[in-house]
Amino acid sequence: MRGTDSHTPVTAPPKRRRIGSVEVLAAVLIALLLFRQPLASVLSTPRLQTWTTVFVSVMVQATPFLVFGVALSAVIAVFVPRSFWAKALPKHPALAVPVASCAGVILPGCECGSVPIAGSLIRRGVTPAAALAFLLAAPAINPIVLTATAVAFPNNPEMVVARGVASVIVAMLMGWLWLRLGKAEWIRLPHRPELDDLSRWRAFWAACRHDIVHAGGFLVLGAMAAATINVLVPESVLQRVADQPVLAVIALAGLAVLLSICSEADAFVAASLSQFSLTARLAFLVVGPMVDLKLISMQAGVFGRRFALRFAPATFVTAVVVAAGIGWVLL
Amino acid sequence: MNRQAQGVVMLLLGGAILKASLTDMYLRYVKAGLQPFLIGAGLLLVLAAIMTIWYDLRHGATVDTECADDHDHAGHSGGGHGHREPRIGWLLIAPVLGLLLVAPPALGSYAAGQAGTALSAQQTTDFPPLPDGDPVQLSVLDYATRAIFDSGASLGERTVQLTGFISLGPDGQPLLTRMILSCCAADARPIKVALTGSAPEGVAPDTWLEVTGTYSTQTLADPVNGEDIPFLNVATWRPVPAPKEQYE
Repeated sequence: MRGTDSHTPVTAPPKRRRIGSVEVLAAVLIALLLFRQPLASVLSTPRLQTWTTVFVSVMVQATPFLVFGVALSAVIAVFVPRSFWAKALPKHPALAVPVASCAGVILPGCECGSVPIAGSLIRRGVTPAAALAFLLAAPAINPIVLTATAVAFPNNPEMVVARGVASVIVAMLMGWLWLRLGKAEWIRLPHRPELDDLSRWRAFWAACRHDIVHAGGFLVLGAMAAATINVLVPESVLQRVADQPVLAVIALAGLAVLLSICSEADAFVAASLSQFSLTARLAFLVVGPMVDLKLISMQAGVFGRRFALRFAPATFVTAVVVAAGIGWVLL
Repeated sequence: MNRQAQGVVMLLLGGAILKASLTDMYLRYVKAGLQPFLIGAGLLLVLAAIMTIWYDLRHGATVDTECADDHDHAGHSGGGHGHREPRIGWLLIAPVLGLLLVAPPALGSYAAGQAGTALSAQQTTDFPPLPDGDPVQLSVLDYATRAIFDSGASLGERTVQLTGFISLGPDGQPLLTRMILSCCAADARPIKVALTGSAPEGVAPDTWLEVTGTYSTQTLADPVNGEDIPFLNVATWRPVPAPKEQYE
């Protein structure tokens, strides 16, 4: 819509650059260095210290996945020609959805990487329904995650099957649901005129920078929320709902949203929630990689807030219903 | 936040990740296996930062109009001025601050008290014989699993040596505890072993101890999740420095 003039030299309007961000950044960093001691003592109470540790861990854990996911999405955005996607996916959107869901198998990673990749796919002309199905399926059904699930549930191999099947079904349902009900204007992808008229390498690094700063910023927000939940919700609260079958499913699905654990680790956490039924734990495993605080935050950043506010609740409901159904049949 | 500032923030984040992954610091937060990926990600961040700053200085004549960052306000026309800069990027200073200035310790007794002992996750029925050695060195997890699910059969009369930190049990008694990780500290779960016999007294929580002793048939229910906590009949104990890899 706008921004066509982004690289035409413009005489700087007088009120724009009062103090630049570099100066602000330098001031913030100096202030932080000066107040390092008081800051450290504020953070030394056990609760805040646990919060800081969990926050930093989530960030350290997610950064490689974010950075490599962003690099891959920049490759898609810059080096893979548009015609490739037209050939690789079936023409009809309704058929492209299941193909894209199953294509998730080949991307070993967790959910932080798949958000920028799905954004890139849409920008390169892949139908949004298919890109969204890929976004949901990839973190849940790739080989690393399924292997981790098998290791975490040595006595229940059916858990692996149930997780894979339920996740693919949810991804396809959401893709088709988007075809029927989705409106293109809900997705507001960052406008990137620069990518079209820059040299390839310059476009590559511009895409990397943009996605790291953007998705990364939202990742920080999500990690903060997850750390807060981790510290504030003691496990003993869960003990009380574990005995009620319906409530248990909803409680664990909600917990998956709040905890925002990486999809490669969530099976181990699910395994340790042994007071809950297998179906409830399946809901935890199906919902977790598709809807959680850090994902909602990142989706709002990459696709826009209007999209995230509709997509996340719809996915949550679909995932809970499908997980409960599959759990009832298979477990 | 303009491009140069974004470049600086990426440089700081990449530097912080590199610093944590090239020292033992990263072991406080994630599994050892992530190290090569952390180093790779740190290098890529630093490279992206350098390229960003370099391109910006070289093509700096153009005014920085960051048009990419107006997802939410539709119908906002105009020539690219008065747009919002990606303010969300400022948050990336938080992990840099966390890693370089605060550097929080590995999870300890407070986190262990919040969560129930996580033995059930490791349930197996096949226990190989204990390794050689007297006392035989076992992980807290291995001891607790053998004590609960094997009813101590594979432990027998052997003297075992465990290393863990002290957390406080339901009645304030010391528990020898170790956190287990599968990915990062957000999924850390404690494994707790209660101490009987000549159990340590007056040891502050989070103190690391090396304890030797034998299997005891006693158990205790963890009030957090109702799982069984095994006991160790302590013969000797001594404080030790925290190990490099605090998680099991």
